Amino acid sequence: MKKGLKRLDLIFKNEHDCDVILKKSLNRSNEELVEDLISSGLKGRGGAGFPTGLKWKLTAEAPGDEKYVICNADEGEPGTFKDREILSSVPHKVLTGMAICGRIVGAQRGFIYLRGEYKFLIPELQKAINDFHELTDKMKLPFRVEIFTGAGAYICGEESALFESMEGHRGEPRNKPPYPTDAGYRNRPTVINNVETLAHTYSILKYGPEKFRDLGVKDSRGSKVFSVSGDTPIPGIYELEFGMTLQKFVDDFGDGDAKAVQVGGAAGFCVPRKKFDKTVIGYQGKLTGISLPTGGSMMIFNSSRSMYNVLHNYLDFFVEESCGQCTPCRVGTQQLLLGIEAVKRGDKSSQYLEKLLELAETMRVTAKCGLGQSVANSFSSIVENFREEMIY
Amino acid sequence: MPHTGEYIKKLAERHGRRLESLLPILENVYEDHHIIPEDAMVEIARELDVSAAKVYGTATFYSFLETSKGGKYVIRVCKTITCMMHGKNQIIKELEELLKINLGETTPDGLFTLKETNCLGQCHRGPAMLINDTPYTELTPSKVRDIINEYRLIAQKSAS
Amino acid sequence: MDEKVNLKIDNLSVSVDTGTTILEAARKINIRIPTLCHHEDLCVAGNCRVCVVEESGMGRLQPACAIPVSEGMEIHTNSMKVRNARKQIIELLISEHRAECTTCYKNGKCELQALSNEYIVGESGFLPLVPLKGYTIDEFSPSIIKDDSKCIRCQRCVRTCDQLQSVGALTVAHKGGEMKISTFFDKPIYEVVCTNCGQCVNRCPTGALTEKTYINEVWNAIDNPEKFVVVQTAPAVRIALGEALDMEPGEIVTGKMVAALRRMGFNAVLDTDWSADLTIIEEGNELLQRLKRVLKDKEPGVKIPMTTSCSPGWIKFIEHTFPDFLEHLSTAKSPQQMFGALAKTFYAGKIGVEPSNMVSVSVMPCTAKKFEANRPEMRASGYQDVDFVVTTRELAMMIKQAGIDFRSLPDDDYDTIMGESTGASVIFGATGGVMEAALRTVYEVVTGREIPFDGLNIMPVRGMENVREASLKIENPLPEWDFLDGVEVKTCVAHGLSNAKKVMEQVKNGEADYHFIEIMACPGGCLGGGGQPLPTSPEIRKKRAEAIYREDAGKKIRKSHENPEIIQVYEEFLVEPLGHKSHELLHTTYTPRNRY
Repeated sequence: MKKGLKRLDLIFKNEHDCDVILKKSLNRSNEELVEDLISSGLKGRGGAGFPTGLKWKLTAEAPGDEKYVICNADEGEPGTFKDREILSSVPHKVLTGMAICGRIVGAQRGFIYLRGEYKFLIPELQKAINDFHELTDKMKLPFRVEIFTGAGAYICGEESALFESMEGHRGEPRNKPPYPTDAGYRNRPTVINNVETLAHTYSILKYGPEKFRDLGVKDSRGSKVFSVSGDTPIPGIYELEFGMTLQKFVDDFGDGDAKAVQVGGAAGFCVPRKKFDKTVIGYQGKLTGISLPTGGSMMIFNSSRSMYNVLHNYLDFFVEESCGQCTPCRVGTQQLLLGIEAVKRGDKSSQYLEKLLELAETMRVTAKCGLGQSVANSFSSIVENFREEMIY
Repeated sequence: MPHTGEYIKKLAERHGRRLESLLPILENVYEDHHIIPEDAMVEIARELDVSAAKVYGTATFYSFLETSKGGKYVIRVCKTITCMMHGKNQIIKELEELLKINLGETTPDGLFTLKETNCLGQCHRGPAMLINDTPYTELTPSKVRDIINEYRLIAQKSAS
Repeated sequence: MDEKVNLKIDNLSVSVDTGTTILEAARKINIRIPTLCHHEDLCVAGNCRVCVVEESGMGRLQPACAIPVSEGMEIHTNSMKVRNARKQIIELLISEHRAECTTCYKNGKCELQALSNEYIVGESGFLPLVPLKGYTIDEFSPSIIKDDSKCIRCQRCVRTCDQLQSVGALTVAHKGGEMKISTFFDKPIYEVVCTNCGQCVNRCPTGALTEKTYINEVWNAIDNPEKFVVVQTAPAVRIALGEALDMEPGEIVTGKMVAALRRMGFNAVLDTDWSADLTIIEEGNELLQRLKRVLKDKEPGVKIPMTTSCSPGWIKFIEHTFPDFLEHLSTAKSPQQMFGALAKTFYAGKIGVEPSNMVSVSVMPCTAKKFEANRPEMRASGYQDVDFVVTTRELAMMIKQAGIDFRSLPDDDYDTIMGESTGASVIFGATGGVMEAALRTVYEVVTGREIPFDGLNIMPVRGMENVREASLKIENPLPEWDFLDGVEVKTCVAHGLSNAKKVMEQVKNGEADYHFIEIMACPGGCLGGGGQPLPTSPEIRKKRAEAIYREDAGKKIRKSHENPEIIQVYEEFLVEPLGHKSHELLHTTYTPRNRY
């Protein structure tokens, strides 16, 4: 393998010392543990990047007779597959993180919301849960984890839609506020974290916050698991440090002909070749050339690919996977799709792209949840950077 | 579905009679029968004390809970970007020829249903598909032929 | 919770209670924020996003209907960003809506049309989505038409059906671009648990849900010289019709309405109020008979509490939801159907018209009445007793079509016989009204004395509270009713089907010790019926109720049993309450239906 980006081995490291970590952590106060998490700088690995320690703190402080810890394993973002790998190779790390979280916030029940596409993981995962329960029983830690399976709905990865789904409803996102920390599952205070986030808490509890904090760059601490796919000779799952430039990433993972990288999945941003060296992967900032947030999806497109086809595929996905409740997302996604088709066919002039860009912006500021809001990310970044490919 | 009432009653006992049990019950019905028929929804509504329309509204939200009959083996080929880039269309074409059906159809013997689906989370090993719950990745036309033959053999064996 | 929150909206300071939404705060200082999915009677959805506003310091816009105010908030309802977004959202809605406004039943009353009127002027919008969807129109129900091609997915109807009415006939189905408002398995409305109450129609902002109209059928009958067309008008029509003809809520237009109907060419203008009085006599006597059989004769199997039966939405609801409890229903037909049965028998004989040549039309505040008139059991006269039912809204349209300047019409009186009414029948239009009317009569029948309430106004059964209870102790009854001496007659009034459901659950669980229950399917009773003028709101319904009680107070006769034309019909035709003729013409049976 080429020399280049530093490959890390925190998450997938083969270590089975849950009992030690649990014992060690349970002997410390909740405040100390939360403080460690906060100082580690860990932010949500699902893509939104909310500080994990703060989330746990808020939930711990929220009044409620019953609280819940939910592991969001509804990994539906196109180009993302790292949570599947984490759950199948190091589920005990995720479970340990959930149990400690339960102790801190005062929850005795945890759920793993597993997407229907990952049902094949259940036998192994259930076995891991059973083993883990034996351990927690021995330690007299009252915490139980159940698997709840989804049934084919991308939007259920949105946390409030996920709660709705678990409660027996259509997976339609809720109005916010209230936030999950106050009123989540069953309208009770709920911590909901991405699979990878929970796995990271294991490392932080084990190695201390400094080690995590030392990785990455300002505001984007720690390592990140990336799902690499597309035009790459080495597709797969890689743990890398935050803060790399896209150029470095492409140098390591591209096929030498990368013309664009889609960072963060269909809901993320498309970066063209000319911006590779100015784009840093991390949480802060938007498409300012400074840094790009991501749940870890990196899709590489080489010069043989039509970016019109790429965008068409994304929009087709959003039209189907929008929950349909709010106007901007339900109708907006359909209009964007029909719109680029009409421009490509020549039924609409290229000027119509301006109207569509405006529409994408309207969706970004008015849609009810992250799905509708982030359609603009890929739409605008592809149309603006590859306009010539959109036109008849 | 014979004895729908008793069947659903059993499922309700297994999963509980709260609204929260709705999705697990629906998934269970689909797993057992590869369809969630009208009479089952009526019985679920009765057991959970919700309107039948509510059951229908929830069921139709989820792509995997289908209200028309699927074959014994439901094939879902991923159509999302990287699988598309790596030859999803060829895989579909191969499957259509093998099974002599079009996308969306079920073979006359009720064995296979061919569908497309959104991202399966196997993007680094595309093209990918699910047959019922089992994923198959890095598909090629010849690999697809082998897989289908295997399922046909299994079906033959279980029939005889 | 009496803490105040201070904020600024469009640079105006406002101080409101904690928990107030931005929308409510803005309304308080007369800033209008447009809405579509929001409705005062329903829970917050935050779906349509038409009400988005800008909050200083926030990149994203906020839905004013769903976001509670916070201290120091600065809201802008009319910034460039807001206007552009709002305009695009309206454009999006229009693109999924079959905007054929000129031929639409809701033309002029459509909320989307009104918004597009404000925001979309002479510009080409997005691509039309409707032609891609292959919609069909569900016209099978005699009451309600569902046209998905005009639906904008605001879900008001679903929230109405599910939460306000606990019916659950409508749901949201599928997702994404396929998402639509649906019944169970997308069956025709006629085949599902729909009660035809029309509350969804009252809240649909567009023409996606409308009543099935019979305007043309009625005009055809009027124009046919062979036909003798009688019309009856329900109690709640006269206090709301004006709203659909540019008048204020709460105006009583009884005399003008009668005049208009006469000008339109009806051969006889008669009153459902008359048969409402008749209902009180039959239903009141039925109640007393049931009490006698239960309390005195100790007959097993006789069901109390007895519930009223004049609301056809309620009837279909109980048939679906509590099919084992149909024996609790009074067997008395609704006033519409009593009228219909007598029109083609008693009245036809009286004026010498062949019943086969008579067309019986009713004007109702109700969409369920259309279904009721079509029930197979409603043919006691040998013909369909009521041929066509039009709503208050349809009557207003007909008045406009006839070129009548409604406001300037002189008052006119109903024809006779079957035109005279009392205050007791007028209040049928409000929740609690049937109960009050019945008590006025029943108490007097039992004791020989007037009911001991000031001015006959039984205030405990009035009002808009969801479920109201009242009891009345019987003392010194007439000898025939001595078994009632000292009995505390317990009554209950509920309006809106979710409240009806609560009361019936009590009955089902044996927790209800009532003797008599009044249930109206619609919020506020018939005055809030599914056929009433739009819009509807708690405020408007309150004004209508006030008008009803004003009309009652102004009536010379306030008790059903004192209506001279009721006395006459018993003398000349029916002989006695619950008699042979009554059973044949004025009482009915019910049908258990599927719960799901």
